[in-house]
Amino acid sequence: MTDATPLVEAHGLTKRFGDVEALAGLDLVAHGGQVVAILGPNGAGKTTFVRSLATLIRPDSGTLRVHGIDAARHPERVRQVIGLAGQYAAVEESMTGRENLAMVARLFGLGRRQAAANARAVLDQMGLTEAGDRLVRTYSGGMRRRLDLGASLVGAPRLLLLDEPTTGLDPRSRNELWDAIRRLVAAGTDVLLTTQYLDEADQLARHIVIVDRGRVIAEGTPAELKSRAGRDVVEVHAHRREDLPRLAAALAPLGAEAPRVDLPTGRVTVPVDEGRAAIAAAVRALDETDIDVDDIGLRRPTLDEVFLALTGAPAGESDDPGDHTHHAPAPAGTDHFDPALAS
Amino acid sequence: MTTMTTTTFPTTTGAPPAILAPERPAGAVATAAAIAGRTIRKFVRTPQLLVVNTISGAMFLLIFRYVFGGAIDTGPLPYVDFLVPGYVVTSILFAGSTAASGIAEDIEKGFTDRLRSLPVPRTALLTGRVLAESAVLTFGLAVTTLIGLLVGFRIHGDVVDALAAFVLCAVFGFAFMWVFAVLGLVARTAQAAQGMSLLIFPLTFVSSAMVPVDSMPGWLQPVADNQPITAMTNAVRSLALGDPSLAGLSQSTTHWVLLSLAWSAALVLAFAPVAVRRFHRP
Repeated sequence: MTDATPLVEAHGLTKRFGDVEALAGLDLVAHGGQVVAILGPNGAGKTTFVRSLATLIRPDSGTLRVHGIDAARHPERVRQVIGLAGQYAAVEESMTGRENLAMVARLFGLGRRQAAANARAVLDQMGLTEAGDRLVRTYSGGMRRRLDLGASLVGAPRLLLLDEPTTGLDPRSRNELWDAIRRLVAAGTDVLLTTQYLDEADQLARHIVIVDRGRVIAEGTPAELKSRAGRDVVEVHAHRREDLPRLAAALAPLGAEAPRVDLPTGRVTVPVDEGRAAIAAAVRALDETDIDVDDIGLRRPTLDEVFLALTGAPAGESDDPGDHTHHAPAPAGTDHFDPALAS
Repeated sequence: MTTMTTTTFPTTTGAPPAILAPERPAGAVATAAAIAGRTIRKFVRTPQLLVVNTISGAMFLLIFRYVFGGAIDTGPLPYVDFLVPGYVVTSILFAGSTAASGIAEDIEKGFTDRLRSLPVPRTALLTGRVLAESAVLTFGLAVTTLIGLLVGFRIHGDVVDALAAFVLCAVFGFAFMWVFAVLGLVARTAQAAQGMSLLIFPLTFVSSAMVPVDSMPGWLQPVADNQPITAMTNAVRSLALGDPSLAGLSQSTTHWVLLSLAWSAALVLAFAPVAVRRFHRP
């Protein structure tokens, strides 16, 4: 686990599907011992990249190594070190959880007895021991996803590839899956996951790679990304919603960018260059109005704001060719960016 | 970013049971067996599949036996004895289209991606699936034969010949299963697979399975005479009736058996490589 070979090494990957350029010269070097999150909106090329890593598709050009193994030349050797959990729960409904795991364990190459032992251990790790002998068709969505995650690791691969592991899950199921992923990493498995949820990357990953239109546009730890790409933010909560336009107007002169208004939370945020001077100026500016504010503060940008600064579009929105100018950013701490809230 | 951590993490309740890595990748036989086990279990545990297939199969058999049968002239031979061997053969196509949908559905739902990401011989994955689907199909053929016997079908030859006829049907099923595997792999969604399966159905009717070929217009007869379902039907019918001339056939039973086996071999040789290639990189 202390070898210096990168977990994943990609240089100049390209892949076209008809008119769509899914990968447009993607370069990435990621090391093990941590969760690597590939973060980007729908259509950014995340899934294409994971499918290339899993040897399900061949990039048109570029080189790709997994644990030092050339994926184009030795796909069968790459398959010996990876486990894949795709966007859908790829489990058989007419079999029990235990049977599903044992089947995949056999396909990983384990003998019958060890396959059963691994299946038992994985059921335990995924919190599915009690449900283990029930048919999967009786499982909830969250249980299926956990079983699917379990199936990807039942052969103890060195690298787990998880393509949007929590998409479509309710918050509780998502937390359970996050916990399961954290336990795996603690036990020494390397994990590369894709997500369009900023907080998921923030919560799980030490190395975040932001991908947009088939290229890596930024990478680093969450803290590095926040300091590199984002300005400090002055954030003011209005007491009354109807004051929001006036509040935004009052704050506009001191911002380095236009203020953003978030109606659902009654909040105005302004990216600023000089945080301390700006907050003082903000307080003075508000003094001259009669707007009631609940709260005023200076904070580091959220990953949402970093994403917005880097791509010009909120997370999950680059599919939408419409305007990118006056969307409010997603409220900090929400699960993901919901376009319906923003428009 | 590149430093490795050697932190030890506290465990909550003692050491969890270890998940061990395999020493070597799965072999072809283990792979085929594991994947076949899934298809068989799915069939056994989804009674709807069996019931619906049996009922729809029985329904068409009853319609031909009792509704159309009276209008179809098969000479001195009772129509039911003419019909059932042909009907059993054509039921291969119905069962095969169900298999094609299942194969396409696995692609649609990401199940195939999981399998293809595993360190297994991919040809064994597909072969295991085709063998299991053929076993399921053979079970269906037995049910159809039984229904045929219930509505009055009687073998005219000896029992060994009749059993040989049944084994032949299973062989045809295996051969056609490769066609349906290609169809499922190309279709990629269950719905598309069902649609594409319809294209194969003219084979059913433009054949000797339901009606004597010489009752068709002259331009259509060569089509019916030179396609696999006719050869297979004639082989099964000759064996079941003990005498090809009873079915209005001039060639010998051996002729039809060899011809139908040649068709089966041709189907496997033509479609298995396509299916394998398709499965390796869909």
